[in-house]
Amino acid sequence: MKVGADNRWQRGLETLAAWLLAIVWAAPLLYCAWTSLHHPGDVARMDLSAPLTVHNYAYVFNAAPFPRYFLNTFILVTMVIVAQFTLSTLAGYAFARFRFPGRNVMFVLVLLQLMIMPDVLIVENYRTLNTMGLTDTILAIAMPYFGSAFGIFLMRQTFKSVPKELDDAARIEGAGTLRTLVSVYVPLAKPVYLAYGLVSVSYHWNNFLWPLIVTNSVTARPLTVGLQIFSSGDQGIAWPILTAATLLSAGPLLVAFLLFQRQFVQSFLRAGIR
Amino acid sequence: MARRTRRASRANDDEIDSPLTGWALFLPAALFLGVFTYYPAVATFFQSLFSDPKGGRAARFIGLDNYRAMLDDATFVHALVNNLWFALGTIPVSIALAIVMALLVNRALPGRALVRMSYFAPTVLAMVAVANIWLLIYAPQIGLLNAVVERLGGTPHNWLGQPDTALGGVIVVTIWKEAGFFMIFYLAALQSMPPNLAEAAALEGASRWHYFWKVTFPLLMPTTLFVMVNAVVNAFRMVDHILVMTKGGPDDASTLLLYYIYETAFRYWDTSYAAAMSMVLLAILGVVAIGQFLILDRRTHYR
Repeated sequence: MKVGADNRWQRGLETLAAWLLAIVWAAPLLYCAWTSLHHPGDVARMDLSAPLTVHNYAYVFNAAPFPRYFLNTFILVTMVIVAQFTLSTLAGYAFARFRFPGRNVMFVLVLLQLMIMPDVLIVENYRTLNTMGLTDTILAIAMPYFGSAFGIFLMRQTFKSVPKELDDAARIEGAGTLRTLVSVYVPLAKPVYLAYGLVSVSYHWNNFLWPLIVTNSVTARPLTVGLQIFSSGDQGIAWPILTAATLLSAGPLLVAFLLFQRQFVQSFLRAGIR
Repeated sequence: MARRTRRASRANDDEIDSPLTGWALFLPAALFLGVFTYYPAVATFFQSLFSDPKGGRAARFIGLDNYRAMLDDATFVHALVNNLWFALGTIPVSIALAIVMALLVNRALPGRALVRMSYFAPTVLAMVAVANIWLLIYAPQIGLLNAVVERLGGTPHNWLGQPDTALGGVIVVTIWKEAGFFMIFYLAALQSMPPNLAEAAALEGASRWHYFWKVTFPLLMPTTLFVMVNAVVNAFRMVDHILVMTKGGPDDASTLLLYYIYETAFRYWDTSYAAAMSMVLLAILGVVAIGQFLILDRRTHYR
């Protein structure tokens, strides 16, 4: 009897703790949303009864280059995804099913990239792209990420679990290597592509340092870099505008997260555990 | 023994002996990996041994001069020490919070989906967006933090503008962003634990505190090691928020290694010195990589 009462107390306390932590954790985001919906004067006074306004969002959207930044980010993410899917699928198939000289050494080299990420090779990669004459293009932001060790590893693991008999059957029916890959392996790996895609999209949607380095004009800069025009004002920062821009830039990803919460969590898990 | 040979022969059946096709499939990815990972890694090393060509003078071999210069470079030492404090400040706290979050959400709870979403949401945001949000919270005049401090009777503080709180301020931001991410790994680990373990412990009258430290925590160890490697790599790789919030200041109080490399290369255009510092960063990540291999090795033994 006593144990049951204790338990109920403990459960109540834990629920309370969970909620308190959730409120603390959500507070920065809620505060940001609140600021973005008010006039600057009301924000400074922290007047909770002040009237709401969407003026800041309208302002950001009409601020000349902002829609362009959206487009750039969209192009960037699409480019990276298409290239990564293609290259990783081909290489993953090679490592999963083919014997070729130097395979094991190559595989170790590929795995090495998991540690030496392009993020830390900014100096030389900038020089390379400069030599190619590609700086200040969206392609330059995307290219260092086309070859993805993580993607190759992920596809290799997935393709290895496909029964070899399916491969044989396709070949007996006369399909070549690429046809077999596309008609047998790729359809079976759909959930893996989704997981990989979500991780990759959120990484490149959010990437900042490299795009900042390699671009300097409106036609190439993605959202994360473009966002900075709102935080570098001469007369201090216009907080309602900056917060509105921040939420707008994160908007598509946040909405996608709300819609595909389970898939997001699953794919981050898969990506992490590799 | 027999089992092993059978497995080996089966593995052979699964593979196609076609060197040309194998290489052809791997080549496109190999090309990009080569140009943007292996070549720059090697080139960075050579770059670090040569001076920058200046005013028509060609680059010349300077050996380890750049590496020697680091020891006398107060900002470099500052960045390295800051990076260690940054790692020490972010990793244990975000891991502890991640475990607490996972335990809290891994049971019946009214509004569980909402609570879990609140914990995880910062993970989805860009570091730049997170930095903007916290810039507002820390803002001296109108920020939320100073408003709370004042209401509690304290004196307002310029959190990011003072050397004694700038790094701490950046650490808090990182914890806020990372804890929810690490939580999902713990959640997955907790969900794979047999429920009858907890039932048995409860029957024997073990307190939940006791149960956590004697059973749950040790069972979570592989997850903790894995998360730790991730967190260490992040601690040396994430600098977006430094750029937005403090620019390494004031007086290098919040500068980190990668941020200093970025400044040296793209603000002062001293690429040779930046290359030498990149090698130090690569060496640190290399040590972490070796650690990870050893850990993963142990993990398989554990299973």
